[in-house]
Amino acid sequence: MVLVEAIILSVLAASTPLLLAATGELVTERAGVLNLGVEGMMIVGAACGFGGAWLSGSIIVGALCGIVAGMLMSLIFAFMTLGLAVNQVATGLALTILGIGLSGLIGARFVGERITTAPKLSIPGLSDIPLVGRILFGEDAFVYLSVALIVAVWWFLYRTRAGLVLRACGDNHVSAHALGYPVLRIRMLAVLFGGACAGLAGAYLPLAYTPFFIPGMTAGRGWIALALVVFASWRPGRLVIGAYLFGAVTILQLHAQGAGVGIPSQFMSALPYLATVIVLVLLSRARTGGSTAPAALGTVFVPDR
Amino acid sequence: MQLVLEKRAERSRTIALVSPLIAIGLTLVTMSVLFAVLGKNPLTALGVYFIAPLTDGYSLQEIAVKATPLVMIAIGLSLCYLANAWNIGAEGQFLIGAVAGSWIAVKTQGTEAGHWVLPAMLVAGAAAGALYALIPALCRVKFGASEILTSLMLVYVADLLLDYLVRGPWRDPAGFNFPTTAEFDPVATVPVLIEGGRLHLGSLIALIVVAGAFVLLDRTIKGFEIRVVGVAPRAARFGGFNANQLVLLTFAVSGALAGLSGIIEVAGPVGHLQPGISPGYGFTAIIVAFLGRLNPIGILIAGLFLALTFIGGEQAQITMKIPLDVTKVFQGILLFYVLACDSLILYRFKLIFTSRQVQSGAG
Repeated sequence: MVLVEAIILSVLAASTPLLLAATGELVTERAGVLNLGVEGMMIVGAACGFGGAWLSGSIIVGALCGIVAGMLMSLIFAFMTLGLAVNQVATGLALTILGIGLSGLIGARFVGERITTAPKLSIPGLSDIPLVGRILFGEDAFVYLSVALIVAVWWFLYRTRAGLVLRACGDNHVSAHALGYPVLRIRMLAVLFGGACAGLAGAYLPLAYTPFFIPGMTAGRGWIALALVVFASWRPGRLVIGAYLFGAVTILQLHAQGAGVGIPSQFMSALPYLATVIVLVLLSRARTGGSTAPAALGTVFVPDR
Repeated sequence: MQLVLEKRAERSRTIALVSPLIAIGLTLVTMSVLFAVLGKNPLTALGVYFIAPLTDGYSLQEIAVKATPLVMIAIGLSLCYLANAWNIGAEGQFLIGAVAGSWIAVKTQGTEAGHWVLPAMLVAGAAAGALYALIPALCRVKFGASEILTSLMLVYVADLLLDYLVRGPWRDPAGFNFPTTAEFDPVATVPVLIEGGRLHLGSLIALIVVAGAFVLLDRTIKGFEIRVVGVAPRAARFGGFNANQLVLLTFAVSGALAGLSGIIEVAGPVGHLQPGISPGYGFTAIIVAFLGRLNPIGILIAGLFLALTFIGGEQAQITMKIPLDVTKVFQGILLFYVLACDSLILYRFKLIFTSRQVQSGAG
């Protein structure tokens, strides 16, 4: 039982950065912008987040540094794709390449340092309930934040007028523009939100997941977050399921490695990536009736005057 | 103040030619600022990066050696990107090519195998790279799965496979437990062009690939189809071109080229299979492809230029203690500027100083 509890706790922890980054990307893509630079924004968020926390001694300052770093990165992306109408796929790749370099540069002086990770919540009484106590009431604040965020995003997208306008921009920017909505401004805000989420997701890794920063510590999580958005058919509810499923795959392979299953560790480590490919294929195949992607996703929009 | 894009009546040919140069210029300015921030003299640093490697024979050979995989991979990628197929997993195809070719080298090690070994390795590397690239291509064509994500995921898988092989079954028993195969036999090694030098046969193969791509794109129907499918998919459909078939073709070709350059790298400059055989060639090649304007000759020049940054970066790390990551930052910034300047080909940038009300339904 203790093992099951430990596994569930570590699954939640492993899923949180995926959920955070994918939530941001979901909003960005719903506005019609495909930002492939999630990995780059995350890794810079990780370096800045750790740097901020290490210098200030505060996890909150670290998280804020990660958020701001992610937003600055996404601002470059917004300027390029929205301001200069550059191809979004190529710009996203450039953002990732730049991010990996920048994080190495920023993080170099922090490698080898350690911090105390974000504390786990502890409510006397509630956190001590057998089985569910620690799972429901004993996580770090980021876990709750990520869940609150996706609920808020669901509410925003489907229950507010602003959310409707944002989705309109993603489905048909010409019509949204004709109705007088500032398509580019809305998209920029969506991109910035995506950057903030990716930065926070990156910062989560050295602030709560491990107590140190290593270059390249995001290890493709940004790309998996992108795949999760496709997996979720651009819907917040399914995104939660997807993120926790992927977290579970990651943790289970780790436990299998630890238990000494006779399979080489590299094959187990490859599982999350292979699972992503298989899931993408199965889902795309199930969806032959028509794509659920925002109709204007990834297309350039230059308003005529 | 507001930045407004105005569509040009037609593509600007002048800007198409000078935009990579503007991009490089802007990158150099940005890098100078970065060097100054790092507390280094910008002029000295730029000198170490871009001038010093050009002044001695060893570095010049080393540039050609580094440019070889970059150019070969970028040529393949340019075909994909022209056809609007987004292969970003060239790094994985490079590694799989290296693994497949090395398999022959490892199995024939210490035997009497003759001169067929190296050609067989090259063929195996290219074939494995092509097959590996066909996975994401087939996933897109058959199931509509995003080739961007699948091709990238397979990079991690290839990396782990290579890691497993050199730590497990293929590890050199006399290698002091280092994760590497034994040095390849002479018959399994790419010959150098100048005795005692570093320049190897692979560079010649890269030049042949450039020439081949030039002929393909400029002189054949297939090349025309690739370009039309990318620029005007509707027109291509009316013309009866099979877009799916072109996705498979361009992915296979680019995978083959990446795989081939992988095995050349292992059997040439490196000499054995080990983790970390690529300093991100597959990703840097994306920059090379765009900097070279997806044009074979342009890619050759761009590949040499980015190879220069690798060598310059190593030099700067040794002589000026500038972190190696600066090279990656440089490459990322360069790609940004290249893309931004390319926008000038299609649009005029205008700054408007009084904010103007956007009229609804303007058209």
